[in-house]
Amino acid sequence: MSDTTQQFVLSPGPHLHTEESTSKIMWWVNGSLAPAALWGVFVFGLGALAVIVAAIAGSVLTEYAAQRVMGRRPTLGDGSAVCTGLLMALTVSPNLIWWQAFLGGVFAIALGKMIFGGLGFNLFNPALLGRAFLMATFPLQMTSGWAAPRPWFGAPLDAVTTATPLAVLKEQGLEAAIRLVQSPVGLWNALALGFRPGSIGEVSLVLIALGAGILLARRIITLAIPLSVIAGLLLSTLHTGLPVLHLMSGGLWLGAFYMATDYVTSPSVTRAQIVFGLMIGVLTGIIRVYGGYPEGICYAILIANSMAPALDLWFKPKRAAIAGSPS
Amino acid sequence: MSETTEKPPGALQLLLNGIFSENPVFRLALSLCPAVAVTTTVANGFILGVAVLAVQVLSSLTVAIARGVIHPRVRIPVYTIIIAVWVSAIDMTLAAFVPALYAQVGLYIKLIVAFAIIISRLEVFASRQPLVPSFWDAMGMGLGFMLALMVIGALREVLGAGAFFGIPLFKTKPLLFFALPAGGFFSIALLMAFFNVLERKLTGGTSKPAAGGHHG
Repeated sequence: MSDTTQQFVLSPGPHLHTEESTSKIMWWVNGSLAPAALWGVFVFGLGALAVIVAAIAGSVLTEYAAQRVMGRRPTLGDGSAVCTGLLMALTVSPNLIWWQAFLGGVFAIALGKMIFGGLGFNLFNPALLGRAFLMATFPLQMTSGWAAPRPWFGAPLDAVTTATPLAVLKEQGLEAAIRLVQSPVGLWNALALGFRPGSIGEVSLVLIALGAGILLARRIITLAIPLSVIAGLLLSTLHTGLPVLHLMSGGLWLGAFYMATDYVTSPSVTRAQIVFGLMIGVLTGIIRVYGGYPEGICYAILIANSMAPALDLWFKPKRAAIAGSPS
Repeated sequence: MSETTEKPPGALQLLLNGIFSENPVFRLALSLCPAVAVTTTVANGFILGVAVLAVQVLSSLTVAIARGVIHPRVRIPVYTIIIAVWVSAIDMTLAAFVPALYAQVGLYIKLIVAFAIIISRLEVFASRQPLVPSFWDAMGMGLGFMLALMVIGALREVLGAGAFFGIPLFKTKPLLFFALPAGGFFSIALLMAFFNVLERKLTGGTSKPAAGGHHG
C-alpha cells in the first residue's frame, strides 16, 4: 500500500515442509528394490544384469534427451527415470536381449511419461507401459522359454522347467504346478525363496516383502492400496479354490506395493484408493483365471490407472461448509 | 475450412491444401478408424487410398453438378446415396481387377460410404462450389488421405514386419508392436504430432493444432 516498513511476509501455504522430497522418495524406492534385483541377477545370471542395466540406461538417456528437446532443466538426479527402468526390468523375463530392454525403457519414458509433460503428468504407470510394449513387441522372449535358475545352489534344481508356476497352473492345473517342484512344500519354498522361473524381480517373495516393508516403515507408501489389491484378488480367485497360490506370485506383490502405489497414477483419497486397489485385484483375478495371460496384474493396473482421476473426483472429501455460504 | 465462398482458390492451392495444411488424417483427424485398421502394410494403405480418392472425386463431381437440384433439407441422404453408388462401382471394380488386395481391404472399401472425410467435403465444399474447384478439392483430399495412409503403412510395415511393399528388408520382424492395432494408434499419434510440429515451424507458430476427431 504505502512505503511503510514491511513487517509481515505474507505468502500462500504450505508453510510447513517435511524433509521428504521427490528425489529422496525415489532413491528410497530404488534402494528398497535393490535386494530383489540383486537376487534376480544371482538366480538368473548376467543376462538379467544386462536387462536391468539396459532398461535403466534406456529410461535415463530418454529422459535426458526429452528434457533437452523440451528445453527443460534435466532432472535425472531425482531418480524417477532410474526407478521406471528398474521397475520395468524387474517385471520382464530374463530372456530378453539387452537392446530389447533398452527399447522398453525408451518407450516407457518417451511415450509413457515425457509426452504427457513429464513427472507428475502421466496418466499410466510408465514402467508398466514399457512392459506392455515389450510384451506386444517381443512376445517370444517375454513369454516362452523362461530362463531356468542357475545352478549356484543345489536344492530345488530338479524343479527346472521352462514355464512359470502361474503359467503351469493356468495351462495344466494345480497338480502340474505341484509336480513342477515335486511337493507342495517345494512349491511354497520355490515361490518364497525364488528358485523358480519367472520375471527377474518377482521370484523372491521374501525380498519383495522386505523392500515393501522398508517403504511402509518410511511411510512412503500406505497399506490402503496394496491390501485392497490383495483382497480383490482373493475375492476373485476364491471360487477356484487356490486363492493362496494366486497370492504367492511375486508379480502380484511387485504390482501391489510398487506399481499400484505410484503417487502419480493412483488416487490420493483413501476411500478412492481402496476402490482402486479392489479394482486391480479383481481384474487381476479375472485375467488370470479367464483371460489369456497367466499373470494379469500389469494390465489390471494400467486399466485402473485410467480410472484414477475419476475415482479421486467421485470420492472427493466433502467440505465442511454449508452450500452457498461464502467460502 | 475455406470460409470465403465467392472466390475459390486456385487449383494448385486446393490440391496442396488437401495434402498438407488440411490433410484429412493428420490435420482434420477424420476417418481415423480405417487409418488404423488397414495400414499394416503400404500396399493396403495404397489400395484403400486409391478407392477413397476415386470415390471422393466422383462424388464431389456429382454433387457439384447436381447441387442446384438437391433440396437442402434432404441433402445428407442424397449425398449418402451418391457416395454409395460410387462406392459400389469402385467395390466391384476392385473385386474384379485386384482380387488379392481386395481380399485384405474389401470390408473397408464398403465402409467408405460412412467415411467422415467424403461427406464432409461434399457438405463444406462441393455443395457450394462449381465443378472445377470441387474437382481439385476432391483430388487434394483424396491424395492427402492416400498419402497419409501410405506414410502410416510404410512406418508400420517397416517397423512391424521389416518389409516395404511386401519386400523384406530385414530377416526378422523388428518391432511387432507396430503391426498390432495399438501400434497403429501410436503411429498415427506420432505422425500427427510430427505434422503439427512441422506446420508450426513452417507457419511460424500461428497455426492451431489439428481439429478434434470425428470418428468414422
